[in-house]
Parts: sequence; C-alpha cells; structure tokens
Amino acid sequence: MARFKVKKGKGMPGINTSSLPDIIFMLLFFFMVSTTMREVTVRVRQNMPEATEVQKLEKKSLVSFIYIGEPKNAKLFGTKPRIQLNDVFAEVDDIPEFVAKEREARDEADRKFITTSLKVDGATKMGIVTDVKQELRKSGAFKINYSTRKKVEKQH
Amino acid sequence: MAKRAAPEINAGSMADIAFLLLIFFLVTTTMDVDTGITRKLPPPVENPDEDVDVKDRNVLKILVNSHDMLMVDGKRMDIRQLKDKTKDFMAIHPDNSEYPEVTTKYIEELGKEFPATKGVVSLKNDRGTSYNMYIQVQNELAKAFNEMKNEKSMELFGVKYTQLVDDQKIKIINKLVPVRISEAEPEDIGGQ
Repeated sequence: MARFKVKKGKGMPGINTSSLPDIIFMLLFFFMVSTTMREVTVRVRQNMPEATEVQKLEKKSLVSFIYIGEPKNAKLFGTKPRIQLNDVFAEVDDIPEFVAKEREARDEADRKFITTSLKVDGATKMGIVTDVKQELRKSGAFKINYSTRKKVEKQH
Repeated sequence: MAKRAAPEINAGSMADIAFLLLIFFLVTTTMDVDTGITRKLPPPVENPDEDVDVKDRNVLKILVNSHDMLMVDGKRMDIRQLKDKTKDFMAIHPDNSEYPEVTTKYIEELGKEFPATKGVVSLKNDRGTSYNMYIQVQNELAKAFNEMKNEKSMELFGVKYTQLVDDQKIKIINKLVPVRISEAEPEDIGGQ
C-alpha cells in the first residue's frame, strides 16, 4: 500500500548561489576591459564646452593631457585659472619639460603621433590657452586636441 | 590508516572576494571616451618680422573680442551665420573680385585638374575671449569644412565623406577641400 509522505515544514528551498562568483567575475572582467585607469587626480574645475563636430581620440597611450581651469580648492589655490600637468599645478614655463618627458616615455617610432589633449574649462579666458599653445609650438608638439563634449544636434 | 579524502574548500566567500575586486575597479577607473576637435599647430615662425604676403581678398578675417563678439571681414556677425559665410567664402567663384582667387589643382589620383580656391580663414582671438566662445567658433568652422567635404564627396563618389572607407578617396577629398584655418600670431607674444 502506498503511503503518502507527509511534508513537514514547507519552507522555501534555499537558492543555489554557487554560480554567483561566476556572475560577479563576468561583471568584473567587463569593467576591467571597458574602462581605463584614472591616472591623475584632476585638481582644476572641468566643465567642458560642447561641440558637434568632435572626433574620438584614438590610441589613448599616445595622448598626453594638459588640464586648465580654476582650482577646485579655491580657498587654498585661489580662483585664477591654473595649468595642471600630471598631478601638480604648473606654470607655462614648465610645458617644454613636460613635452620632453612625455616624448621620452613613448617608443621612438610612436613619438611623432603624440597628441596633446587640452582639457580646458569653458569659463577660462583664452590668454592662458594661447600661452600654452605657443609653448607647445615651440616644443614641437603640433598635434593638439581641444577636448569637448559631444553635443547632440537638434534636428530642424 | 585509511587515506582520508581531501576536504572540499569552502567557496562561499568567493563571491565576496569578487565583489570586492569589482568595486575596486568601479571606483578607480573611468569610462568616459575622450572626444574633441583635433587641430594642427603651425611650426614656430623663424623670422617674425617677415610677413607672408597674402592678398586681402583671399583672407576671411574672423576676430573674436573679449566680450565674445564676432567680427567677420569688418562686420559684426552672429555665430549662427558663420558657417554659411565660411562655406560661401571658400566656394569656387570664378572671376569675382569679391571672392578669393581661383586656381587649378592637378589631382594625380583622378588624372584631372580641378578648380581650387586660394581662400584662407584667419582666426584671431583676444586674450579675454572665453574658451567657450573660441570652441564655438572652431566648431562652426569645422562644420563648414565638413559640410564642404561631404558635398564634394557626394558629387564625386556619391557617398558622404564620413562614410568613405577607401583611403585613396579620403585623400582626394582632403586634397580638394583642404582645411585652411590659420591662427594669427598672438600679438603680445609673437612680436614685440
């Protein structure tokens, strides 16, 4: 005679979590591949202007950045726009040395493809930017890129 | 003594470790793509006193003052008109003394001569011009040249410039529509 098994304590069965690490690893690898390391802490305000005719910067390893803008910490550094090279504030005179160092760091074959990306805050006056451009010309870094955000153009 | 089976490693905390790594990468990396307007600076002038002689009619003079106002060829202009003005100026107008001179340019790849304008856009800004305005102007100029390239490409190959894949064709268009934006030597730096 068949006997019915009386179920005792009908609780929810525990969810199997053994594949959880795999899922998390997958996410981890996705982020590792699709993002880049933040190399410098930007100490100046960066509110980029918008433009429609932008190009993507290819080959990140061949790009060196110059940040210009008002210091974020106005109490300590004032409100005058400053130039930031790598992690420190710099003056216009420091640019040739910076360019030379950036060049040293690259392979000899790649040196002529180095682009200097100017990350300038939109509210900055052109005076300081012109000075930087003149220094770049003198030090032979002719390829520059004005960093801008992409504006979606309205259709009319 | 009988050999005991190796005890299983508890993998329960694996997820936590992976989470930790994941959060570390989320915090230390950025995802933003760098975009911008690429330009090439001219090499430094060897002899600042020597002026390159360019005919007046061949130059479209764009001035931006410290109040972010725009002056094109002596007249005030709204930024929205700048693109059309530039396109009009750089277009081919044979035998019209209002517009730049027209020459012919031999394109090897096509084995033909094409009319080419001698026009140059000269951009000059004040030290007090805001960077925002400067980028706006550069953007309008870039737009004008990109549209001209598109039109030329449509005319020759029936495809937009942005959709061209053949390097040869891209080269031809770049030769036919050269981006000629000259930035004036800043006066308080270049010359004394």
